[in-house]
Amino acid sequence: MKIVIIDYGAGNIQSIKFAIQRLGFEAILSNNETEIKTADKVIFPGVGEASSAMRMLRQSKLDLVIPTLKKPVLGICLGMQLMCTKSEEGDTTGLGIFDAPVIKFNNSVKVPQIGWNQISQLNSPLFNNIKELEYVYLVHSYFVAECDETIAISDYGVKYSTALKKDNFYGVQFHPEKSSDAGEQILKNFLEL
Amino acid sequence: MLTKRIIPCLDIKNGRTVKGINFVDLRDAGDPVELAAIYAASGADELVFLDISATEERRKTLANLVLKVAEKINIPFTVGGGISSVEDVDILLQNGADKVSINSSAVKDPDLINRLAAKFGSQCITVAIDAKLIDGEWIVHLVGGKVPTELNLFEWAKEVEKRGAGEILFTSMNNDGTKNGFANEALAKLSTELNIPIIASGGAGNMQHFCDAFIEGKADAALAASVFHFKEIEIKDLKEELRNKGIPVRI
Repeated sequence: MKIVIIDYGAGNIQSIKFAIQRLGFEAILSNNETEIKTADKVIFPGVGEASSAMRMLRQSKLDLVIPTLKKPVLGICLGMQLMCTKSEEGDTTGLGIFDAPVIKFNNSVKVPQIGWNQISQLNSPLFNNIKELEYVYLVHSYFVAECDETIAISDYGVKYSTALKKDNFYGVQFHPEKSSDAGEQILKNFLEL
Repeated sequence: MLTKRIIPCLDIKNGRTVKGINFVDLRDAGDPVELAAIYAASGADELVFLDISATEERRKTLANLVLKVAEKINIPFTVGGGISSVEDVDILLQNGADKVSINSSAVKDPDLINRLAAKFGSQCITVAIDAKLIDGEWIVHLVGGKVPTELNLFEWAKEVEKRGAGEILFTSMNNDGTKNGFANEALAKLSTELNIPIIASGGAGNMQHFCDAFIEGKADAALAASVFHFKEIEIKDLKEELRNKGIPVRI
């Protein structure tokens, strides 16, 4: 199985590579269009600020490649957010794969949300062998509201989408590579899709 | 529901874990990578690696250690000590650190916080503040608590929030090493006046102290070192105790 982690300069890609290694697979880090198009599984990471991450994606022309992929794609954290229509962070236009905008938490809660929260209403093979209300690790200031593409929700002052799915595209707001054994199970589930 | 975090802190000097009593008289408490893996397996929510010698000795990065830790453990970790530039942070994040913690360099160059937040996002920028209560005022200290500044803890904390810090790691120098509990009054004030997470540090001696830091101190996370390193408190027991007291924790 060929696993490619998209390397466009915005993400904690080393941790994802190591998590996949712990599952017994090797992942390639690449920003090369051909490598990405020929992968069986593509992971689209992202850490940082939306507009600068989107700029880096455009510079490598990957904004045109990612939406055309036919194999399973997993966006993580900011990666998931960039797959949405737009983000309030830096007034950023996203890839438009998921039909929902990314908005900021209001000040009734501490922002960013940092730590372990629970996921529920799990509705995808991505969550095989994951129990309702399992804990996952999240670090984010912006979120996607519940929508038709929601496959898991969390509650942080508001109930929101912690995972999305459309066709072959998956997105998780949490960090599976940092979410202990449950996170590794979710990554394993993705690799088995 | 977002849970309260329990964070073992691994103070690092020359690649080994140490914990000073009031930041002097260092004792060796083991290999950091091995300890990290044990903590990850025992229910720690996060780890902090602080190179306590870095500021004095101008040691630049812990990149190699970070890479080894990232390879082994599956929970998030923060790295601090001697970080003073965008390049320093870039290297640590690339090697697998989830967050970085800056302290003295933020006081000397407050705009560093803005530059880091703009480049990497607030969520991975922790500002560590060491403060000491002197004549009724909390004064920020540098270089492992040795050098006083003219900054007031609360004013400085608000400024770092405004500049883009994602969370604050507050160590009370009065409490650190005493095992008499956290500085709950100051913690509660920070937690109420700011809208970013506050990590309590300094003074953990027993399980009740953690409970107090979350309830009285309104902390979002609590950090400790020696009580965990010397197995005076097991994280599993601590979390059971906190849950029994109605505090949300990940078990």
